[in-house]
Amino acid sequence: MSKQAQHWEKTRNHLFVTLAIWFVFSIGIFFFGAEMEASNFRPLGYPLSYYMTCQGSLGIFVILIFWFANRQEKIDEEFGYTEREGD
Amino acid sequence: MIKGKFIDNLPKVYGIYTGGFLVFIILMAIAEQAGMSAKLIGIFFVAFTVFIYAFIGWLSRTMQADAYYVAGRQVPTVFNGMATAADWMSGASFVAMAGGIYFKGYGYMALLVGWTGGYVLVASLLAPYLRKFGCYTVPDFIGTRYGGNLARLSAVLVLTVASFTYVTAQINATGTIASVALDIPFGIAVYVGLASILMCSMLGGMRAVTWTQVAQYIVLIIAYLLPVFWISNKMGAGFFPHFMLADEVARIAELESQFGLGSVKNSAADLASVPKGLAGITKAHSEVNTTPWKFISLAVCMMAGTASLPHVMMRYFTTPSVKTARRSVGWSLFFIFLLYSSAPMLATLSKLSLMDPNLSTGIIGKSISDVQALDWYQNWNQANLMFVSDFNGNGTLELNEFFMGGKAVVLATPEIAGLPYVISGLVAAGGMAAAMSTADGLVLAISNALSHDIYYKIINPKAETAKRLIVARVLLFLIGFAGASIAALEIQGILGSVIWAFDFAMSGLFFPLVLGVWWKRANAPGAVAGMLLGLISGTAYLIWVRNGGAGFWGVTQLTFGIVGSLVSLVSMVIVSLITKAPDAATQRMVDEVRVPSGKTVLAKSH
Repeated sequence: MSKQAQHWEKTRNHLFVTLAIWFVFSIGIFFFGAEMEASNFRPLGYPLSYYMTCQGSLGIFVILIFWFANRQEKIDEEFGYTEREGD
Repeated sequence: MIKGKFIDNLPKVYGIYTGGFLVFIILMAIAEQAGMSAKLIGIFFVAFTVFIYAFIGWLSRTMQADAYYVAGRQVPTVFNGMATAADWMSGASFVAMAGGIYFKGYGYMALLVGWTGGYVLVASLLAPYLRKFGCYTVPDFIGTRYGGNLARLSAVLVLTVASFTYVTAQINATGTIASVALDIPFGIAVYVGLASILMCSMLGGMRAVTWTQVAQYIVLIIAYLLPVFWISNKMGAGFFPHFMLADEVARIAELESQFGLGSVKNSAADLASVPKGLAGITKAHSEVNTTPWKFISLAVCMMAGTASLPHVMMRYFTTPSVKTARRSVGWSLFFIFLLYSSAPMLATLSKLSLMDPNLSTGIIGKSISDVQALDWYQNWNQANLMFVSDFNGNGTLELNEFFMGGKAVVLATPEIAGLPYVISGLVAAGGMAAAMSTADGLVLAISNALSHDIYYKIINPKAETAKRLIVARVLLFLIGFAGASIAALEIQGILGSVIWAFDFAMSGLFFPLVLGVWWKRANAPGAVAGMLLGLISGTAYLIWVRNGGAGFWGVTQLTFGIVGSLVSLVSMVIVSLITKAPDAATQRMVDEVRVPSGKTVLAKSH
């Protein structure tokens, strides 16, 4: 397999992991709105369903994007595809 | 090289700007104590900030194509994040979102999840690759990746439909705020708003819009957060509301059952006497009040729409590299998060201020005549945003007898909670900044697509730079003017048209953009079919449902993008597979886009 194909395979797998986490917190958990509301786990004292829509999912998305960017940079570095200054 | 120095000195320049703005707020507060009238304070706030934006717009004037279209591709990560946040957060986010949460609770918060979750798609599926491509506009990517004028034209069509739907709502919002703050009729205020918008973008294109958007973000975030923190502290609810309002949320639930929410219903005759656009509280504050599918389908539409709206995507064309484009998406969402996570807190504080009889501001359970004598009630009643009526004739204001407009949650809460008027002036300036920055991004996205993709790429490829940029500015003016004229008609409420814009963009552009990077086999006929059939089927579904059609799968007029994008995906895959595979050169181009290093696919200036 060529270097470029390997790079793309890693990039694609990284995308799938990122989208899986995204799916859980943007879609998956909201199948269980009523269960979240009834849950005894109450972050900062808020009902879980309320907390996830106000802060929880939103904050996770912020962290997820930075994590995604960091790991993608490492993948690019591994294959020598990091941009040089002035590219 | 003043330009180079400007980029290096950005933190200092905007630090001084922020300090100056805070000093201005303090000066206004002193003037208020010295007896300056509320009206004059409002005028000062809006006029002063708009003047600053126009000044930045003038300083950023340019006659170079890459400065006009992509701000010279040198906007640093964090600043591009701020500019994107301002570009993104519209008048609707600023003025209407807290109100939506206030009235509709959990069901409405699907929009919060959708409008933030979409950025994960932007960062992972699209932004870095489109940056590597080196395009000026989104149709520029479609046109080059798939090849052919038809693909380019279709992309321009979808872009125009989606962005134009959106921009009329924004110009409408600038008009509303200008008319309240400057005390002029709405029909004129719309054009005052338009003039302000054009001053920010006309001379410097993307470069001017970038630096004004950063300035607008600073104003709007201060204007949103300051009242939230102030009210929370004043009420004794906690010095950092986001982490400390659990007791208040629980208290609202307690009051709701005490006041008989849901058990006391208004008769149709009573409701008919309530002014149009005002609503009472009918949904519990923190209960799950919608089905999973309704919540998820709305969130999905907003997410896919986010990833297909060209005015957001083109912000990532302005970063210096692919790496910075990726990081910049993270910063954008961080700056958006600051406001979005505060909106539910504002809704909570606002509701409790009005409901809790233990607070001096509470009005439910007080006598109707006392409430009608309140200064702020009279002001907002006059502005057609508040209404009380003693339906059961017991002389006391019940929960079901108080009505408010959605905008009032943001605009009136500072006054209700007893904050000085200077805060209300600040909020007006923030709302103006939010609506202007989004309108600027949208008008520019449309006019850039028309001037670059239609005029330069299709009609007159030999046009000189100077001529291209004049055409771009004339189009900018015409589109802004058309938007203002339609806004003046007030066809659809602010939020309705915003949500439609996401559905239009998703119907026509989501899969053609994503598959352009992620599926090499996608070709021009497939993309054209995807864009056009997606847009047509989505629009047809909207018209059908609007005219009383039953719809299917529980897809409403707010989520018609689901139908549009599915048709788009299926037709794009089928048509691509039954027609010829893209040629070797196109395949190589896709390979190149997937690697961050090396030259961009399109030349630096094209």
